[in-house]
Amino acid sequence: MRYLPLTPDDRAEMLGVIGAPDIDALFADVPAAARKADLFDLPLHAGELEVERELTALSALNRAAGAGPFFCGAGAYKHHVPATVDHIIQRSEFLTSYTPYQPEIAQGTLQVLFEFQTQVAALTGMDVANASMYDGSTACAEAVMMAQRVNRREKAILSGGLHPHYAATTQTIAHAEGMEIVRLAAAIDAEAAVIDAIDDETACVVVQTPNVFGVVTDVSKIAEAAHAKGALLIVVTTEAVAFGLLKTPGEMGADIAVAEGQSIGNALNYGGPYVGLFAVREKLVRSMPGRLCGETVDAEGRRGYVLTLSTREQHIRREKATSNICTNSGLCALAFTIHMTLLGGTGLSQLARINHGKARELKAAVEAAGLEVLTPRFFNEIAVRTKGSAAALVDDLLADGIVAGVPYSRLDPHAGLDDVLLLCATETTTSEDIAALKAALTQKAA
Amino acid sequence: MTMQNIGRPTRPEGAAESTGFTSLTGGRGLLQDEPLIFELGGWTKTGVDLPAASGDAADLAGLTRAGVDLPGLSEPEAVRHYVRLSQKNHAIDLALYPLGSCTMKHNPRLNEKAARLPGFADLHPLAPVATAQGALQLMDRLAHWLKTLTGMPAVALTPKAGAHGELCGLLCIKAAHEAAGQGHRRTVLVPTSAHGTNPATAAFVGYSVQEIAQTEDGRVDLADLEAKLGPDVAAIMVTNPNTCGLFERDVIEIARLTHAAGAYFYCDGANFNAIVGRVRPGDLGVDAMHINLHKTFSTPHGGGGPGAGPVVLSEALAPFAPAPWVVSGPDGLDLVEEAAADAAQAFGRMSAFQGQMGMFVRAYAYMRSHGADGLRQVAEDAVLNANYIKARLSDVMTPAFPDGPCMHEALFDDAWLDGTGITTLDFAKAMIDEGFHPMTMYFPLVVHGAMLIEPTETESKRELDRFCEALRALAATAKLGDVERFKGAPHLAPMRRLDETLAARKPKLVWKRESGGA
Amino acid sequence: MRFTKDHEWVVLEGDVATIGITAHAAEQLGDVVFVETPEPGKVVKAGDAFAVVESVKAASDVYAPISGEVIEGNTVLGDAPETVNADPENGGWFAKVRVSDPSQYDALMDRPAYEAFLATQ
Repeated sequence: MRYLPLTPDDRAEMLGVIGAPDIDALFADVPAAARKADLFDLPLHAGELEVERELTALSALNRAAGAGPFFCGAGAYKHHVPATVDHIIQRSEFLTSYTPYQPEIAQGTLQVLFEFQTQVAALTGMDVANASMYDGSTACAEAVMMAQRVNRREKAILSGGLHPHYAATTQTIAHAEGMEIVRLAAAIDAEAAVIDAIDDETACVVVQTPNVFGVVTDVSKIAEAAHAKGALLIVVTTEAVAFGLLKTPGEMGADIAVAEGQSIGNALNYGGPYVGLFAVREKLVRSMPGRLCGETVDAEGRRGYVLTLSTREQHIRREKATSNICTNSGLCALAFTIHMTLLGGTGLSQLARINHGKARELKAAVEAAGLEVLTPRFFNEIAVRTKGSAAALVDDLLADGIVAGVPYSRLDPHAGLDDVLLLCATETTTSEDIAALKAALTQKAA
Repeated sequence: MTMQNIGRPTRPEGAAESTGFTSLTGGRGLLQDEPLIFELGGWTKTGVDLPAASGDAADLAGLTRAGVDLPGLSEPEAVRHYVRLSQKNHAIDLALYPLGSCTMKHNPRLNEKAARLPGFADLHPLAPVATAQGALQLMDRLAHWLKTLTGMPAVALTPKAGAHGELCGLLCIKAAHEAAGQGHRRTVLVPTSAHGTNPATAAFVGYSVQEIAQTEDGRVDLADLEAKLGPDVAAIMVTNPNTCGLFERDVIEIARLTHAAGAYFYCDGANFNAIVGRVRPGDLGVDAMHINLHKTFSTPHGGGGPGAGPVVLSEALAPFAPAPWVVSGPDGLDLVEEAAADAAQAFGRMSAFQGQMGMFVRAYAYMRSHGADGLRQVAEDAVLNANYIKARLSDVMTPAFPDGPCMHEALFDDAWLDGTGITTLDFAKAMIDEGFHPMTMYFPLVVHGAMLIEPTETESKRELDRFCEALRALAATAKLGDVERFKGAPHLAPMRRLDETLAARKPKLVWKRESGGA
Repeated sequence: MRFTKDHEWVVLEGDVATIGITAHAAEQLGDVVFVETPEPGKVVKAGDAFAVVESVKAASDVYAPISGEVIEGNTVLGDAPETVNADPENGGWFAKVRVSDPSQYDALMDRPAYEAFLATQ
């Protein structure tokens, strides 16, 4: 076995030092009834070539997003990631290190986290950010529960434009924790509808911009309405590249900004691992879940970084912790930070404008094919009204080699929006891709 | 007030003397003194060549921001910056990393390569299922291995880490109780030696937590458990092998008592690596157990995640598993994404998509590489290595549970440091100067000054001997009274001890212009 | 000054009790980095958790030793939590409470009793 260094001689010698007759003696505490003498019914060990062959064959059964015209977004986005990013995250010292509990020998990871927190705060326009969460959807659930800790109210109102999977995750987790979750009916351009639902028991309202239908909303008025009733405003963003162009949650009055950071530095990975961004106003920092990295000095007075405010965490507060989360998404946060450092503010702005331009091109093509675009103000995603079922149209176009987006009904089958198709264009979408889509849509319409 | 005495100093005692020789520029040999990216200029720079954008964003008038105030670096500068930072980290690729309970084992690079195959890495979570059959097959095969290795009939793959898996397991238990009219059960029993996540998770779902006493030999006190198991108990959460590195000998009786009381047995599977391939939790009476793929199945820890925490479930709990899940359909495999679709009892959804697919690929590659025989050898070597360390250090340090074998980790207390003026923390920091990462300290809480050493199956006998020699030398020095070596440690690391008190009193969590001086 | 087994102290002047944590508790906690004091107007029952004190290594609830209504929290501790370590039984007080039942005060330990209690710990 290539991963196991001990030889039979080593094992015999070590058993001698231990004073055990055989390996079974070390498992003596396992009840006899549960000790398995035989190997389990699974294949035996395999060489690297054999394993690689099996996995390559499985991979080949999937159609990569880059294999042809591709227009899926809705919470995960195909972007180009510079080769440097993957090179650096595979360095032993980043890939194979643990959570930086010994700061003297983990300054690499810690300084990266400090840079990450600063970048996320700047992108979202907030004061402070944590060292990342599992993903955007769990960050959303954590934000809702944080609001409950801050103002001791139990009710959360979710907009009808919030990604249905985010809503379901929040419903599951925050409700389990004892909160009442009110989810407004799915609505394409009605983030502000949450205003009418705010009352004196409302802990927070959750809105998304750009929302799941791609609609960009200035949420400032929602912030005012929430704050007037003592509720917090949580702003969700699933497409982090939008931070390069759009007004920030901070500018618009958000108390908590959460986002999916996958777009920057991370691959699609069929849904994970991703990286949740979580940023808040300064005064809320001690209620924030997750790990935090802070600046300090060492015994010689040199600047360094440590995990801090960790008394909020489960390994110290145990049943009084702010959350049960024990992990962040360290390596994905590293990828985010490196990509963001390569882009810089100017690069991200440019990338965002390219995305927006591609989406305008996409919109024009779809309209030229005779379909109605439902998204009035968009970043890089649009919702389109299909003639008949959107899911059937996607199946149809797949036969032409085009992955034409995500039928909204796949995310939310009970909303009665079976004829709504969500399409996305990024810098990876070519004019040829868009032309192919237009031709196919035109042909289906004919 | 509630007094918690986790005896860990959190700032250096007085200013340390410098190590003598200092460079003129702050460098330490090849270790570069590297500023933050915000201090490297680059406010107008970018390291990415992008085409021009088509048109302006006039359609978003009033909705756009002024600009993004973040620096960029050219590619060579960015590479240098992050490579320099990387060199300040310890890593399993460098030396034994004995963090008990964390399971730092070798991360095969084949697994990294496999996860980056375009069919996995470049696969959108909402791609039509017809175009994702390979991914679904992989999830199905992974599920088969996990079920076979644990002897459990079902698995929920989506939880994103161990604690997320605990939450998933407890939500299944809660849903099952509610479905059976047992929603009044609101208590979870947790041994005092448990991981902090256990009580945190139980409290999170609204359960009250009651501690179960531990016996002198480090196991669950059966009499105390039996006394506390009542009609209000929803579940017990027991780690097995437990956090003292010991197998719960009475586990079958624990399960029987638990079930007889109408409660479920949640097993924290953090230490499954000690028994994989040899013992099936299903044979022990477990109802739910999360498996940290980053521990037992070697997906990289990455400096703190991402993890993955699938949960295996018994027949009784399986119907309540969250969406989505994989099923066989007429056209191959299909993905059930709606909790209410074909199993109305599913309790909901743990996260947006299918879970940590990138980790599934790596874990599956690890399983296939080892096979049934190799995985069994993994458990045996992990246990052998831990017992070897225990045997080689027991004459100079004090094992917390000297009698009988340990499982995959060796636990020592600090009795042997009595009178030296040196604490567990000091000793651990001195290990850094010898080139090793410290062991887990002050956990489990039930052992005074705990030092929990987990070598894993990754270590050769030569590396184990090197480690034991280093600890023996340190122990001898400690007993000879060379206190300064320990109090001032680490002397040779990239940084000396850091002031955690200062960091927490005046939190500086982001770089700011005025403080950074750029 | 009176004391509880949970290491809080109380001084009663008229019907106003000043409450803090004992020097022993402050020493055990180590460097205090954050204190959350109760808002004025909050009504507390003896035994309720009514404040939080955090050191780097632990976060602890502080229990009200006596019932009443909070009239003031010590705002100094917000910016200078280290006062709890420097002057635990005076400047490091947590809150002042208008007591509803002064007889609860008499039921608490005096200093010799508290010191005897500590000796048993």
